[in-house]
Amino acid sequence: MADSKLDLLQGTLDLMVLQTLAAMGEQHGYGIARRIEQVSGDEVLLNQGTIYASLVRLQQRGWIDAEWGISDNNRKAKFYRITARGRKQLAEDAAYWQRLAAVMGRVLGQDPGYR
Amino acid sequence: MADGWARRAWQRVRAFFGKDALDQDLDAEMASHLELAVEENLRSGMSPEEARRRAMVRFGGVQQAREEQRAARGLPVLDVLGQDVRYTLRTLRRDAGFTVVAVLILALGIGANVAVFSVVNTLLLRPLPFPDPGRLVRITTVNPPCGESCRTYSADATREFQERNHSFDSVTGYFAFTGPDNFKLTDRAVPVPATGILVMDNFFQSLGVQPMMGRLFLPEEALHGSRPTAVLSYPFWKRQFNGDRNIVGRAVSFNGTPVTVIGVLPESFDFGSVFSPGERVDMFVPYVMSDFEDDGNDLALMGRLKPGVTLGQAQEEANQLFPKLDIDLKHPEYNANYHYTAHLIGMKEYVSGKLRRSLEVLWGAVGMILLIVCVNLSNLMLARAAARSKEFAMRMALGAGRGRIVRQLLVESLILSAAGSALGLAIAEGVTRFVAHSGSIALPLLTDVRIDGAAMAWTVGLALAAGVVCGVAPALRLASGTVQEALKDSGHGMSEGRRHEGLRSALVIAEIALACVLLVGAGLLLRSFLHLMDVDLGFRPARADMISLDFDDGQKQAARVEQWQEIIRRVETIPGVETAGITDNLPLSRNRSWGLRAKGVVYRPGELQGTFVFIVSPGYLGAIGMRLLEGRDFRWDDTSKPPGVIINETVAKALWPGRDPIGQIADIDGGDARVIGVIADVHETSVEGGSGWQMYLPVTAPQFGPEGADLVVRSALPAGTLAGSVMAEVRAVDPGQPATQLQPLQGLVDHSMSPRRFFVLLVGIFAGLGLLLASLGIYGVIAYSVTRQTQEIGIRMALGASRGRVQATVLGRTLRLAVSGIVAGSVVSFFAARLIASLLYGTQPTDWLTYLGMIVLLLAVAALAGYLPARRASRIDPLVALRTN
Repeated sequence: MADSKLDLLQGTLDLMVLQTLAAMGEQHGYGIARRIEQVSGDEVLLNQGTIYASLVRLQQRGWIDAEWGISDNNRKAKFYRITARGRKQLAEDAAYWQRLAAVMGRVLGQDPGYR
Repeated sequence: MADGWARRAWQRVRAFFGKDALDQDLDAEMASHLELAVEENLRSGMSPEEARRRAMVRFGGVQQAREEQRAARGLPVLDVLGQDVRYTLRTLRRDAGFTVVAVLILALGIGANVAVFSVVNTLLLRPLPFPDPGRLVRITTVNPPCGESCRTYSADATREFQERNHSFDSVTGYFAFTGPDNFKLTDRAVPVPATGILVMDNFFQSLGVQPMMGRLFLPEEALHGSRPTAVLSYPFWKRQFNGDRNIVGRAVSFNGTPVTVIGVLPESFDFGSVFSPGERVDMFVPYVMSDFEDDGNDLALMGRLKPGVTLGQAQEEANQLFPKLDIDLKHPEYNANYHYTAHLIGMKEYVSGKLRRSLEVLWGAVGMILLIVCVNLSNLMLARAAARSKEFAMRMALGAGRGRIVRQLLVESLILSAAGSALGLAIAEGVTRFVAHSGSIALPLLTDVRIDGAAMAWTVGLALAAGVVCGVAPALRLASGTVQEALKDSGHGMSEGRRHEGLRSALVIAEIALACVLLVGAGLLLRSFLHLMDVDLGFRPARADMISLDFDDGQKQAARVEQWQEIIRRVETIPGVETAGITDNLPLSRNRSWGLRAKGVVYRPGELQGTFVFIVSPGYLGAIGMRLLEGRDFRWDDTSKPPGVIINETVAKALWPGRDPIGQIADIDGGDARVIGVIADVHETSVEGGSGWQMYLPVTAPQFGPEGADLVVRSALPAGTLAGSVMAEVRAVDPGQPATQLQPLQGLVDHSMSPRRFFVLLVGIFAGLGLLLASLGIYGVIAYSVTRQTQEIGIRMALGASRGRVQATVLGRTLRLAVSGIVAGSVVSFFAARLIASLLYGTQPTDWLTYLGMIVLLLAVAALAGYLPARRASRIDPLVALRTN
């Protein structure tokens, strides 16, 4: 069963988190994790706990900010927000991924000639 | 981007140190995460238990997430290191015996190394404590044909060289014939003796020494008839003037004359440590050139090269200039008999060049000690690792990486060596402090010995090296073993794998071999030292004391004779005093030479040499214990013309070969003297060297001016007991006698031999240490293997092996190790001993007695180290041994 899910490449999760925050605005860790699960259609193998390593990494790089606050249903939670530098980084990384994906698509889309 | 990198590094470091707060924050965040998840699950209609379970499943391992987050934010390498360190400290505390032994062994090894490095660094490696010391050059003679008189230059020659040379910024010198306590401070109730050196006016400027207070000499202060001035040394100023800051400009009474103190030198300048090791210098006064023009050679010369001039260029110029210099412009005829030469040596080389080999040997010896220490420690660690192999195997079976365990072993040895070097540094600090303040060892620059940055760096390097070397052996062994083997092998009381045993034996053999080399080296040096103690010095230092007497050159000769005679008469009345006598120069201290020849004989150049002069009272030869071979001693009532002279055997053979020298007429620098006696040769310069030409002249002859006065008293009583009554008698004749000390004559010999004594003592200590460590190593290996084989020995004994048989087996194994080590060590020693051949005296590098002694000593120690475990092995009770385990 686990084999059927995508293992995350190093750095992919960081990019997903950035994109999620850019799209949703301020969000807590659980929210981010849920969002990624939903958007990926449960195709990504993700222990939700893994997200915290990614969050602290992005925070140390200054791409996101964090602040304790109150959630919609009145719970204390830590909220993350993307910074200006984070948006710039996101733009760069997203462009890179799209180029890579396009190239990979072309390469893998060739007609296997040996058949 | 560099900014981002630095920011992240900084954040990681902060995260590393702010661990607790960050962990709490993360825990709170994860808790809120789970609550949010549970809440959502509840909303979708799950039961509370199911909601919680699903939330946990989706979250994954909490501890794992925590670890991952920590690794991402902090310094994971340091975290692991921290764990290793904590774990190591815990295990070391549990094994306190091992820890104490290991740290002590390391501390001794590292302490000895740092102490010796500090000495070597000061004497050989560090530049002299003067600015731009590379340009300082000592000017001395090529193959001096006599003592100090032939290594020095006259005032006229010095002035000529100063004017004619183009290589030196400045040429300077000091009066080389100053005896100790040649001044006395007379502004107090009891005159205080002081040693003052006469220096040329540009002396300090040439060396680059700046005064701490006041100023240095001016050229006009070195002119005849100028107001007397003095510069004080720092310790003298501290001691005699309580560090009075208003001393500069004040007149102080020396020898009854007011002398203006114009400056105080810095604490860092120690004349004695550079120019006359082991002697104290209190003050400096200007050398007035015109006062010494008639006195021949008396200046020890040195200079500061012009920038860019090489030693070779200066030497070339000196080769041209020196032969043409005049000894005495008023007596050009002197030039026919004496030609100046110059040998230019870099000051540093002059000061410590002769010690290079000794220091290298010392350094080599401590290096070997460190090797032995490392080998010993490796062995200890290896034994420990073996004893813990089950623990390690267990950890590996539980998933610890091999790298992690190897790293932990390395951490363990590094922690041990860090503790060892901290303690070692303390030991070295004590030793260097002692050496720097001992003051009586005639080695240069010793007062500068201290632990400095270089020594610190050396310690850290040594500690790291020791740590890695000690840790590597067990780590390698561990890395090459397999888990199953270790789990199977340990704790069964069987013989170990052969490879393991072999490595430990090889280490012990290496250790014994190193100890062997050290013992041979120390033995050879000790034999040389003992030979030197046995040397017939030509006088008997035992049961004799000396004291330097107040001496004022301005005195009339007749008064002086009367004073000397009266002092000797009174001192000889002291109960317990056998005889007494006075001389102006003692053997093994300072010396001067005059010309001596048989009257009426024409000599070829080079046939004659300068003759050491001693102006003595009647009875002096007997008091100091010189042996009159022929003729008679001087007498107080002897006023015959020409005056008598007593020569040594060497002179007798050189000047009157095959004839009876008694009654012959000698020519002493143009004046006649009749030979009245011949004495056995005396070592006048050093214990190790031979004897030069010597003559003894009577104080009663007015034409011979003594240079000082030392009273020699022969008595069985110790100097301490005699001192009071001798001083009372001397003061009764000369109330101005300063408070000098009556000292055993042996002190002269000890001082002369102090460098060798210092080296022998150190090498001896190192050899002893090496022996001790090697025996510990042997004991460790044998005791350990007996413990491991308890069960096996039990079985053997149960099967009928006798106690004696078991003992013999263990002892035999010990001796096999020892013999292998000794054989290897002897071969190495045989070659190593050649390297120290130049340091030996009367001893061959292949001295069989030394080798034999070493072999017997090592075998005895090895047998002892093996006997203790052998006895334990023989007392194993088969029943107990078989039941346990």
